[in-house]
Amino acid sequence: MKQTAGEKLFNGFNIVFLGGLALLCLYPFLYTLSLSFSTAAEANREGFHFFPRAVSLASYQMVLSNPDILRGYVNTITRTLLGTALTLVATCVAAYPLARKNLPHRSAITFFIVFTMIFSGGLVPGYLLIKNLGLINSIWALIIPTLITAFNVIIMKNFFDAIPESLAESARIDGANEWSILFRIYIPLSKPVLATVALWTAVMHWNSWFDAMLYITDDRKQVLQTFLQRIVIESSTQMMELGITNSSVTGFTTETVKAATIILTILPIICIYPFLQKYFVKGVMMGGVKE
Amino acid sequence: MTDSTHSRRKKISLLPRGRCNIDLWLMTVPVVLFFLIFNYIPMAGMVIAFKDYNLGDGILHSAWAGMENFVRLFGSSDFPNVIRNTLTISLLRLSFGFFAPVILALMLNELRQQVYKRVIQTLSYLPYFFSWVILSGIFLMLFSGSGPANMFIKLLGAKPVAFLTNDVWFITVLIATGIWQSAGWGAVIYLAALSGINPVLYEAATIDGATRWQQMLTITLPCLAPTMVTLFILSLGGILTAGFDQIYNMYNPLVYNVSDIIDTYVLRRMMDLDMDLAAAAGMFKSVVGLILIVGANTLSKKLTQGEQSVW
Repeated sequence: MKQTAGEKLFNGFNIVFLGGLALLCLYPFLYTLSLSFSTAAEANREGFHFFPRAVSLASYQMVLSNPDILRGYVNTITRTLLGTALTLVATCVAAYPLARKNLPHRSAITFFIVFTMIFSGGLVPGYLLIKNLGLINSIWALIIPTLITAFNVIIMKNFFDAIPESLAESARIDGANEWSILFRIYIPLSKPVLATVALWTAVMHWNSWFDAMLYITDDRKQVLQTFLQRIVIESSTQMMELGITNSSVTGFTTETVKAATIILTILPIICIYPFLQKYFVKGVMMGGVKE
Repeated sequence: MTDSTHSRRKKISLLPRGRCNIDLWLMTVPVVLFFLIFNYIPMAGMVIAFKDYNLGDGILHSAWAGMENFVRLFGSSDFPNVIRNTLTISLLRLSFGFFAPVILALMLNELRQQVYKRVIQTLSYLPYFFSWVILSGIFLMLFSGSGPANMFIKLLGAKPVAFLTNDVWFITVLIATGIWQSAGWGAVIYLAALSGINPVLYEAATIDGATRWQQMLTITLPCLAPTMVTLFILSLGGILTAGFDQIYNMYNPLVYNVSDIIDTYVLRRMMDLDMDLAAAAGMFKSVVGLILIVGANTLSKKLTQGEQSVW
């Protein structure tokens, strides 16, 4: 195909511009990575810090010897694994009947679930509910409220809808009940949507901080993001209020320690990112289908 | 023969169908109960906004207060400012951020080098997978007085800028980093819509002598319009939300006057144990959000004769 001069110019501009945008997306992480491996003096040097000129592992040693961080790690991993496993099972059980045409009041039940996507009681009633259920300082306060979400149910239902009814029909003639049809036929056929929901949920749990801030007051049960918030954000905010720019002389958490904490928090997500992006994109397309 | 097989099939499917329904109900009832408890009870709990709540009496036994909490809310010196901040931030996000993913998707779509395209795309939505605790932590360092952003400005020969403590600059950083975080992810949705366009349309346009620019205006954009309408309706519903996670982690007392939004206000009132006032503010937000999203959807349905709507 022939290209006009204008098209060539546009193509060149497009390649350079998008490359620049991609670098802009990457740079903040690169900067943080570089800081985390820098010596304190190197971190205080003015510059772009694409890579550390003086390497030190001191900040990682400091962060990893902090018992709060380690406890936060354990608590976050626990909520992520437990929450994701339970959400998967519960979402399947919620979506399956909605995908079966012989469930009475199917559209009314679907509306009942979908309505929660556009209207909610808000912060205060939600908080009082958890408090009245006695879930304060319990890991269940972080898992149960988001156990089943309308969004997950809908994308799972859409996937189930595409499974031919005849499969279930023939299994039923062979004497299978609905539970075994769900677990023996539907779930094994639904690996892509299961992976999508699992990864969504895992990332959500890993990143969650607000629920833990509200419902967990005991530091032994606190999650990683909250400790990160204390180490990174609160000290930065305090420094700003006091008009301090150089953290090393004033006893505030140094930039290198902040950076190392951030890197340790994002590391697990980076590790699963290649799997993530494949299934996330699929999830978007499935979620786009109307119910 | 035909008759007997027909009746036998009916008999076989009748009995298990009755049993199936019990199984289906065994699955459905707990799920309905779950949504009832964790979504609908909090909705009912909004009555707290009409009560004079005190901790000892609980929601049910506290005395009714009528509209008193709402009168107190809108009569207070800070809430009108909170609404103004929320709307300002939301409208800025909408006007600068709504088209960013569309433009990004169109540009990515024009890339002919497939591997390069995939690399760019993967990097562009990387920020979407991190919490605002992490991202704010990074930006508070990047935009600090001695950070790389100011370093760059000094290289250009200008004076350092108080990105995080100056009102206007803080809002600018807020909007820009918000777009930075979500545009790549938003583009995924549009790229999905783009991949569904029939290539025959482009071939026909090329034969008719349409340039790439004309093809984009007459084929690509109209094909993206339904997705854009849907996302616009959904974002209208969130206009009083303004991005709590980001603001809560990025703001500081020096910029409270421009960055205190409804959600931060509700949280602060709740922490002060002023539960009924907090609930009134929260209810105002939920109800306005519902009205906006239903209104926008109805309007869109009417204007397009039922062709473009979320439901």
